[in-house]
Amino acid sequence: MKQAMEIGHGYDGLKKKKTSQLHLAKRSFRKHWQLYLLMIPPILYFVIFKYVPMVGAVIAFKDYNVVEGIFGSPWVGFKHFEAFFQNPVAWDLIKNTLLLSLYHLAVTFPLPIILALALNEIKDGLFKRSVQMFTYAPYFISTVVIVSMIILMLSPRTGIINSFVEFFGFEPINFLGNAEMFRSVFVWSDAWQLTGYSAIIYLAALAGVDKQQYEAAKMDGASRLQKIWNVDIPGIMPAIVIILILSVGNLMAIGFEKVYLLQNPLNLSTSEILQTYVYKMGIINANFSFSTAVGLFNSVVNLVLLIIVNALAKKVSGDGLW
Amino acid sequence: MTVCGKKGVVQVSSKIWIKESFGDRLFLGAIYVFLCCIMIVVLYPLIYIISASISSPEAVTSGRVWLWPVDFSLQGYIEVLTNSDVIRGFRNSILYTIGYTIISVVLTVVFAYPLSRKSFYGRTFFMFFILFTMLFYGGLIPEYLVVQKLGMLDTPWAILLPKAMAVWQVIIARTFFQSSVPDELVEASEMDGCSSLKFLWYVVLPLSKPIIAVLALMYAVFQWNSYFDAMIFLKSEELFPLQLELRELLIVQSDSGANMDIAEQQRREQLANLMRYSLIVISSLPVLMIYPFAQKYFVKGMLIGSVKG
Repeated sequence: MKQAMEIGHGYDGLKKKKTSQLHLAKRSFRKHWQLYLLMIPPILYFVIFKYVPMVGAVIAFKDYNVVEGIFGSPWVGFKHFEAFFQNPVAWDLIKNTLLLSLYHLAVTFPLPIILALALNEIKDGLFKRSVQMFTYAPYFISTVVIVSMIILMLSPRTGIINSFVEFFGFEPINFLGNAEMFRSVFVWSDAWQLTGYSAIIYLAALAGVDKQQYEAAKMDGASRLQKIWNVDIPGIMPAIVIILILSVGNLMAIGFEKVYLLQNPLNLSTSEILQTYVYKMGIINANFSFSTAVGLFNSVVNLVLLIIVNALAKKVSGDGLW
Repeated sequence: MTVCGKKGVVQVSSKIWIKESFGDRLFLGAIYVFLCCIMIVVLYPLIYIISASISSPEAVTSGRVWLWPVDFSLQGYIEVLTNSDVIRGFRNSILYTIGYTIISVVLTVVFAYPLSRKSFYGRTFFMFFILFTMLFYGGLIPEYLVVQKLGMLDTPWAILLPKAMAVWQVIIARTFFQSSVPDELVEASEMDGCSSLKFLWYVVLPLSKPIIAVLALMYAVFQWNSYFDAMIFLKSEELFPLQLELRELLIVQSDSGANMDIAEQQRREQLANLMRYSLIVISSLPVLMIYPFAQKYFVKGMLIGSVKG
């Protein structure tokens, strides 16, 4: 552990500094040895369930078999990656994943900002509190229940939404049996569930905007809209940037537990994304190395996106995650 | 439209009142309309599900229920509460949620507290150690292989351990300890010869009830609502949590059941028809019951977590 701590404070400059670091470490250890002991279980947790799988991802470059295990199995280089990219399915999967994520981002990123700005305009009171409470509630509903609700309400024969559609004289729509509708169903149901929750962070940021700026804007005769544009939005810009970076960094990790539940043979041509494919190839078909390769490709694209967006954000607004 | 009690007048500061322009009042009116629309869109599905759950199944399938209950009936609830699979799932979920929450809160607190102390050597390293796991994900399959190797497949440990700690929760807890346990207090206790462990137990924990509530609620709701780990790690039905039972009853059977004979399929369909809506309500009830209480703590947690640093 001592060695690890030295890496953490990676100084290798002046010798004097090094000895003082060592001194600090010793003093800290003498004072807090009980705390260091307490930290062992959580550290083990992160090592076993987070770091070991990272190392285990090397099976993407091997032909994994149960007998020889992760380290004994023979190396095969980029064989599985090649197999994946030579399969025409690969490009469909990448396209589906990206389109779904971008559509998702385009809808669920601005909506909470708009909701928070609107809520910020109205006075504290029963109405404001009720809007907040009710819009926040769907966040607590589980994915399985949300998908069940979607299936029930969108059913072409008995769903309530199609009752309305028919009431207005249109043909009932088979939302889930239609590959073209899948993305909209996924994205807008997420917007329904998460907008109120995501607005909280912006509401908090809005509460922190300097009150004097509002007074100054009022005195200058700014309209409400001008005030929102010139005071509110710049005031919450740091929060907006951070959330945007985090969302883009999660672009490829889009809620696949929900995608998986919404899948059926009829919408598979748009609803099969990289992660559901990994699950099917890996866990169901026990094709471990191949699906790890696909998953690894996904993780790496994600990481690269995060790094790019962070760099861009830093350049444009001076704010970034690191 | 009344603002601040006086019609169309807005208080700029304690002394100055400015009359709102017509455009501003119109804009404010539009905001109210917009928020009302959002409320309706959010509330409608919830009201519909509850109404459908206490209506007769025929009224629901024939489309006669659209807002309020029609042909009041508790048949669905009776069916759900006498269904042994559902009851077993409910019991399992309660046990998993309690066990998981205790494990998670304890691990999170003992990891986050040291990181909040300035004199604790290595805190930067440990922060990086956990933040890195947020950046790079080993992948579903390697994770599965680890659980398999540990012999946890098809045991409750596969539900309790692999997701036991969340980085976000560690950050929230650390920020809380940093701001509410002052360093002066630590120094004073050290002068009195109090060990770190005693200090954590007798001073920090009693001070930290709010953060423990936040962590417990976040972890409990996560566990109650999750199904995916159970789906990949569990095989025996006796171990299934409620969400997995729900998936079987509400989602899987509504797909074409290819490997099921027609009679069985029909039976399941009828059963599901009867209890779909009440199942949705009952399974969401524990979370919705703590919701008014949880909302406050969740907001608090998010706000602590969003403080940078």
